[in-house]
Amino acid sequence: MSITVTEAAANRVSKFLSNRGKGIGVRLGVKTTGCSGLAYKLEFVDNKNSDDVEFESKGVVIIVDKKSLQYLDGTQLDYVKEGMQEGFKFANPNVKDECGCGESFTV
Amino acid sequence: MALLQIAEPGSINEPHKRKIAIGIDLGTTNSLVATIKSGMPIVLNNEHDEKLTPSVVYYGETSKIKVGKDALKHLITDPSNTILSVKRLLGKDINEIELSAKLPYNFTDENNMVKIKTIQGDKSPVQVSADILSKLSYLASQSLGEEITGAVVTVPAYFNEAQRQATKQAAHIAGLNVLRLLNEPTAAAIAYGLDNKTDGTFLVYDLGGGTLDVSVLKFSKGIFQVLAVNGNTAIGGDDFDHLICKHIIDNQNLTNLTKEDIASLIQLSKNLKEQLSFNESLSTNIELSSKQVLNITITQKEFYNLSNNLVNQSLLPIKKVLRDAKINSNEIDEVIMVGGSTRMPNIKDAVSGLFNQKKLLSSIDPDLVVAIGAAIQADILVGNKKDDWLLLDVTPLSLGIETMGGLVEKIIPRNSTIPITIAQDFTTQKDGQNAMSLHIVQGERELSHECRSLAKFSLKGIPPMAAGTARIRITFQIDADGLLSVRAKEQTTGIESSITVRPSFGLADTQIEQMLNDSIKHAKEDIETRMLAEAQNKATSLITMLEHAIEIDGDLLIDEEKSQLKTILANLNQAIEQQNTNLITKLTDQLTNAAETFAVKRTNRALKQSLSGKTINEVE
Repeated sequence: MSITVTEAAANRVSKFLSNRGKGIGVRLGVKTTGCSGLAYKLEFVDNKNSDDVEFESKGVVIIVDKKSLQYLDGTQLDYVKEGMQEGFKFANPNVKDECGCGESFTV
Repeated sequence: MALLQIAEPGSINEPHKRKIAIGIDLGTTNSLVATIKSGMPIVLNNEHDEKLTPSVVYYGETSKIKVGKDALKHLITDPSNTILSVKRLLGKDINEIELSAKLPYNFTDENNMVKIKTIQGDKSPVQVSADILSKLSYLASQSLGEEITGAVVTVPAYFNEAQRQATKQAAHIAGLNVLRLLNEPTAAAIAYGLDNKTDGTFLVYDLGGGTLDVSVLKFSKGIFQVLAVNGNTAIGGDDFDHLICKHIIDNQNLTNLTKEDIASLIQLSKNLKEQLSFNESLSTNIELSSKQVLNITITQKEFYNLSNNLVNQSLLPIKKVLRDAKINSNEIDEVIMVGGSTRMPNIKDAVSGLFNQKKLLSSIDPDLVVAIGAAIQADILVGNKKDDWLLLDVTPLSLGIETMGGLVEKIIPRNSTIPITIAQDFTTQKDGQNAMSLHIVQGERELSHECRSLAKFSLKGIPPMAAGTARIRITFQIDADGLLSVRAKEQTTGIESSITVRPSFGLADTQIEQMLNDSIKHAKEDIETRMLAEAQNKATSLITMLEHAIEIDGDLLIDEEKSQLKTILANLNQAIEQQNTNLITKLTDQLTNAAETFAVKRTNRALKQSLSGKTINEVE
């Protein structure tokens, strides 16, 4: 089981966390919703829950709950600039199909 | 594919339902759009990878509309279809515009709606502003890859109701859901997080491209109030460029310069000015259209000497605004610097000097600070940040009605938070009065003709009653969008009448400042006038009453009493004519005393009449 971040994503997460002034890391998760069944979530973490698994990659603490981890194992979080947009992107090897917007997917 | 941002714990919304909020600084010279990404405010870049989009719209022959840098290119070739600084025209009527500007546009004026003639038809200032806002909204949705849920648009603190309405309308036309209009200085204070601290008083010095605005804000109990505004619409960063340009022209004895030469020299001067904030001395050269090459050297010291006068002029509004707000410079907790021109070290030193060398708030890019504050506010209003903290709007000027003698009774005071409803009871002035005309005014002065007239309406069908017995409740209500409705209701019969005020045109920004300043300047004079009018009103109703009584019950008076009353009446009438407040008050008191026995006699007679023919039991 592993979750990693790219250098670009690590820099951004650290910057956003220090700007926010609190928080222990970033939470990656999935929830059942959206046009293709599942959707990613990306949140700051203030408190860990009992079913959380903790990873560390490039100095960034990544928290994933056990249920989400089944769908996210092997995912790398990246920070990219596409056209005029800038933001985080999930490179998830488990995904079979995504909706056009990329916000929801099936495994 | 939509890229993700880090959200606050527990606040994740459904895909496609995330609430994206933007803050827009709709400026006279440049406009900006900002948002919150992963908890951090950022100003979005436009297609030229720049944060500042010139507030310029070009209406070309091909029905294409260009906004920003692309529009600016047409300024020299097609000035009448290239609309600049439209913010100065928003919410104004044709007279105000012709008075205030030497603009290269042709205006039309239909039903009090000012429009600018362009090759694509007549465009109202609201439409032009809407085109700028559309552009910013498009930039934001491109950059965020999502629909925009709502926007906060900033306006100058001195904007009146009409100018605010016009801004809001423009945003609606641009398809934006306006969460709130926010005062520019307030936005700057929010960007610095001053709303998270304890209460305080702040001064915002905003030196933009073409205008200087200085405001004093008070933050207390979660509300920002604008205590006073001042400024100078004729001082801006551009004036510093012109100083350098003139210096170069004078020094090099340049003559016969072409339009293009002057434009390039001004651009060069602007660059030099910006560089001189970091460099002691600069040298550069420029080739003129005559092929003459100029070698230019300028030192920081030279520039500071050149601009000394201008810097000092820019300090005057600070002194005025402090005086208007009735506070000392040492009572200001923070001084916030806004606008690109405040990067100049000599400006910073001069402003800081007025506040005992206080450290100024200038860590946030002064060009971006207003947009950033607007984005932070928008993010909260849209519900992304679970905070009970809400910033409230306040009324910029007092609202009231005209009463007897042209006096103003203020119903909703200036700086009241809206939405608000305030009711006050009024009565009739004459016996049997069956209608009341209501004149709604906006302003700080004591006399209605010194204030701005908003609307007039009347309440008819008041049942005939003695003066002072009817009870008419006047209710002023301002909704969350700033629209004022006024209702008048006669309490015994329930008849009522109402009006909703949608100001069709506004006051010039300088006028609104003038109105505020005048109210302070003329305070003493106004109070004297008010005292006179009140004394006159009181005296006149006493005279009317007494004359009426003498006519009916004059036989109750012995001749001496009658002649005494008549003498005082004559003197009082004379005093009213002479407008002598003290004498009117004195004679009114004297008349009241003299008439006391008469009043007692009248009451006894009335009592006897009403009792005659009735038994004791009936009376009890």
